[in-house]
Amino acid sequence: MSKLNRKNVWAITTKDFSLFIKKKLILYSALILPLALSIGLPMIIWYVVTNKTSVPIQAIFPIFNAFSFFFIILSAIIPTIIASYSFVGEKVEKTLEPLLATPATDDEILLGKSLAAFLPVISMILISSVIFMVLIDIVSFPKLGYLYFPNLDFGITILLNSPLACLMSIEFSVIVSSRVNDIRSAQQLASLIIIPFFALYLLTEINVITMNTDSLFLIAGLLALIDIVLFFASRALFKREEILTKWK
Amino acid sequence: MIKIDNLTKKYGNLIAVDNLSLQIEEGEVFGLLGPNGAGKTTTIRVLCSLITKTSGTAILNDLSIDNKKDCIEIRKMIGLLPENVGLYEDISAYKNLNFYAKLYQVPENKRKERIEYYLKMLDLWGKKDVTVGTFSKGMKQKLAIARTLVHEPKILFMDEPTANLDPEATKMVRDFILELKKEKRTIFLNTHMLDEAERICDRVGIMNTHLIATGSPDELRHSLWGKKSIVVVDAVTDTILNSIKSLGFEKIAVDNNKITIEVNDPHKENTLITRAILDAGGQIQTISELIPSLEDVYLKEIRRNE
Repeated sequence: MSKLNRKNVWAITTKDFSLFIKKKLILYSALILPLALSIGLPMIIWYVVTNKTSVPIQAIFPIFNAFSFFFIILSAIIPTIIASYSFVGEKVEKTLEPLLATPATDDEILLGKSLAAFLPVISMILISSVIFMVLIDIVSFPKLGYLYFPNLDFGITILLNSPLACLMSIEFSVIVSSRVNDIRSAQQLASLIIIPFFALYLLTEINVITMNTDSLFLIAGLLALIDIVLFFASRALFKREEILTKWK
Repeated sequence: MIKIDNLTKKYGNLIAVDNLSLQIEEGEVFGLLGPNGAGKTTTIRVLCSLITKTSGTAILNDLSIDNKKDCIEIRKMIGLLPENVGLYEDISAYKNLNFYAKLYQVPENKRKERIEYYLKMLDLWGKKDVTVGTFSKGMKQKLAIARTLVHEPKILFMDEPTANLDPEATKMVRDFILELKKEKRTIFLNTHMLDEAERICDRVGIMNTHLIATGSPDELRHSLWGKKSIVVVDAVTDTILNSIKSLGFEKIAVDNNKITIEVNDPHKENTLITRAILDAGGQIQTISELIPSLEDVYLKEIRRNE
């Protein structure tokens, strides 16, 4: 990999930011979904705790873990919306050729655009996870007598699994973007990335997998492996010549 | 400034550019003419190091398209105006230029100055904060030209700069290119608008995957078309034609009352032709040298090479 010019990378990232804030779908999906999750899920717990007093608080612990997993799913789904726009949007609006004619390297463009999808998603995931933890602690503390969050498992989920899932989603979106011609198709195809996460969630719900520290580390390892494979695949596709002559 | 040697680009079995050799001097405006699919855009893309060549080479200001490091330097040195302007429509004109100025590493203290200069020059300063999506086609083209110039490139590549523009915008773009010509910029222009090439370019090349001919518009007219005299008479008769042939002219074409004769020196030979026609009893309405347009030369050569 040639030496990256950080100024070029950041110029591309900030340019994409200024485009994203004009797109309502991107804005709403990046802001509202994580916030709705971080506020809505504790509200469910609050309802259970205050109205269904017969439910022992210990029975709610698995729900906390299941809710935590939603943050990984969200980290995979939101980047598909942003990254698809970032890559296919340039293709549709025919802005790629002048961009590729600049001295910015392929890697700088790819990294700049990936960061433009990664940073807002991860920022919102972090903010909403803090809101989620605080609200859960507020509603569960009177019954538990101690603060359930923060804990190691949620730390792994938010600080390790969510960024890895986000990266995987971005890389997958780059690959999809090279094969489709419109933003909506790219978003729909790229959103297929969440299927394995939902499968994993269902397996935990039917107790095939227990979501504990070990399994969260195992998921992180698998995600890292997939990220590496997808990184090389997306990088191989994101070449000037490929983009100008072979991208649909 | 630009030296192209046997440049070939193939897409699979399809030859897009076939053994192209050209030399373009500093400060020259060179126009590449050719029909759609002639390889003009591919040529520009190879020269801008956007795509790789299959064989041959090209040197731009001592930088080779074969060398990866040179390719980045080439992209710093050139400005490309692609056929599709490719502006970011959701952000302002100023932000569009500022983004490209950053990528071309224009120093921060010069960025504002240059953007202001070109936006004012192209009469867009008043619209600098307006979203580009609301611009007319002509305004977008002007902004794209400003984007091409914001880093003061040594060589400009323009791919169909007036395609799809209305006559007013076309004139404005052409006038601006002529202004750039006065500044002695090296400009490589793709077009299939022949009057444009004739007005703007110092030299043109006619291409249909391979280079058919190159030279100034005047040189091409004379070397490819030849010199012709055209005589309009009241009525063409065999006597008149035989009289002209007796002067030694062999290539004569007749269209109604119009006789076209291939000559060597129209100024001298038109007198002889006039006398021959009058001697044969003909009545001349007009006699003149037929000056072909670049379009006539282009069409003739393209058809001949099909």
